[in-house]
Formats: sequence, structure tokens, C-alpha cells
Amino acid sequence: MPYTAKIKVTLRQSILDVQGKAVEHALKNLGYHTVESARIGKYIEVTINEEKLLEAERICNEISQKLLSNPVMENYSFELEQVN
Amino acid sequence: MADVTVGVVVFPGSNCDHDTEYAVGSFSGIKPVMLWHNDHDLQGAKAIILPGGFSYGDYLRAGSIARFSPIMQEVIEFARKGFPVLGICNGFQVLLESGLLEGALSKNRDKKFLCCQTTLKTLNCSTIFTSQYQQDQLLSIPIAHGQGNYFAPPEVIESLEENEQIVFKYCDAEGRVSDEANPNGSLQNIAGIINRQGNVLGLMPHPERASEKSLGSLDGRGLLESLFHHIAGV
Repeated sequence: MPYTAKIKVTLRQSILDVQGKAVEHALKNLGYHTVESARIGKYIEVTINEEKLLEAERICNEISQKLLSNPVMENYSFELEQVN
Repeated sequence: MADVTVGVVVFPGSNCDHDTEYAVGSFSGIKPVMLWHNDHDLQGAKAIILPGGFSYGDYLRAGSIARFSPIMQEVIEFARKGFPVLGICNGFQVLLESGLLEGALSKNRDKKFLCCQTTLKTLNCSTIFTSQYQQDQLLSIPIAHGQGNYFAPPEVIESLEENEQIVFKYCDAEGRVSDEANPNGSLQNIAGIINRQGNVLGLMPHPERASEKSLGSLDGRGLLESLFHHIAGV
């Protein structure tokens, strides 16, 4: 049974997130004064046709490091769900 | 003597490829050849230029998909053998993504796409790309980018400094490398760096757009001239 990988890529805290800053200011302008910060990342869904969870995890780590994120300025995390 | 060939890579979304071809072709003895991203043949080129633009629409991250194109596998091999590779703007982003240069480029600090003339300070004139410049020479060369904010971890910056790999920095008209003269938020005003071996240079400014009198500046010409002097003695 294939797996759906839900992968999140986020900018490292040390990197200035200019998109997040713009959204944060917009939310404050809308009157949401309790909003303290906003950061923008990427959400990527990948279907992996693998039977074994361990193998799907290995592929997820590999593609996240190789292409989906840039380790110099981004972090990634993922969840795997079996597709029925 | 036959002309020496210089390859200009064309990715889907490159938009400075023909400007670069034009600038390269203006040197006698040098023949530009366009290299399509899906090809594997470098066509005997003695140097490769990755031009500016938005390869693969900048999807995912600028340069991230171009790095895995067929031609890039050859370019990476070519660079590892010590042959010269120059990356301009998006080409610089591709070189960073491919690991030929260290660091990364994130969005400009002021969120804006910047298209303006900048002044650069030449910090290392002993490279194959800068031999025709003087040490600390100021150059007027334009930038045009949304993601030119250079970042690298402190240990990388330290080693770039130690090995004189920071080739160009943004400065003001008097040559002061100040925060006011930093257009995009790059660490230490970095505009261009070279690899440790000295054969791969990446920079955000566009030397090809400052290579003819009618373009308002000739200052970018020295970079191409240095490179062609190295590969062809012209």
C-alpha cells in the first residue's frame, strides 16, 4: 500500500523570513494585536509507492535533503500516512 | 587560429542567455555556443557560463531544479576537473544549489525585487576572473534579483575570508563597504565568491549588462576579459 508523505519545509530561525514579516504586519494592521509573529514555509505532499514504512521513511529523508529543502537555510519534517 | 568556444547554458526560464551570448561574442577569438539544459554535450567549450533568469520558474527554490538538469551533471564534472565556470545571478544560485560554491541566497531583506546600478569593490584581483582589474577597484555593475541575500554559517564566512574567496562586495561610490550600500542584506555585503580551487565564480550583479558603452558602463567587461585571457590568451 502506498504512503502519502506530508513534508514541511521551514526557514531556519536564524534566517530572516521577509514573507512572514509582511504577513505579520498585515495581521497586525487588521487589528490582531495578539499576533506576535508569522513565518512562512512550504508544504509538499508526495505519494510513495512503497510497501515498507522504513523504506518510505528513507526515501522521504533522502528527497528532503537532496531537493525539497536546502540544509544551509531550511529545516524539514514529515509525517507518513498509509493510503487506503 | 580557430576561435575558442565558451558555453552559455540555456535553462527553461533563462532570460539573460542571449545578453551573455552577445557580450561573449563581442570579443574577437571567442565564440559563444548555447548549451540546452537537456543535453549532455559541452561542445568542446573551454569555459561555461550559467546566465541569469528564472530557471524552471524558480520553483521550489531558485536554482534547485536546474541543478539536477542533464547539462549540469556535465558542468559539475567540468568544474571538478578544474575548468572555469561562471555563474551570474540565477547562475550563482544554481552553483550554490549544486554545491560548487558554499552558502545560500534568500529573499532580499526589503522584500523587493531590485533592479538598479550597484558599486562593487574588487577584493581579490588575482583570480582568473578578475586579473584585468586592480585591487580594490570600484565597478559600476547592475543587479536585477529578488533573491540575492547571501547567507552562510559563520565558519563558512570565516573560511571564505581566510582564503580570499570573497571577490566582490557591495560598497558606496567612495568604496565604503557599509550597511547603507548593501542592497539586499547579504552577509558582509557579499556580492560574489569564488571556490577554494579558484575556477568557479558566482556573483549576483550582471557583468554582461555592463559590457558596452551604450549600456552606461563598461566595468563588467573586465571580468569576461580576464576569463578569456585565461582560456585563450585574448
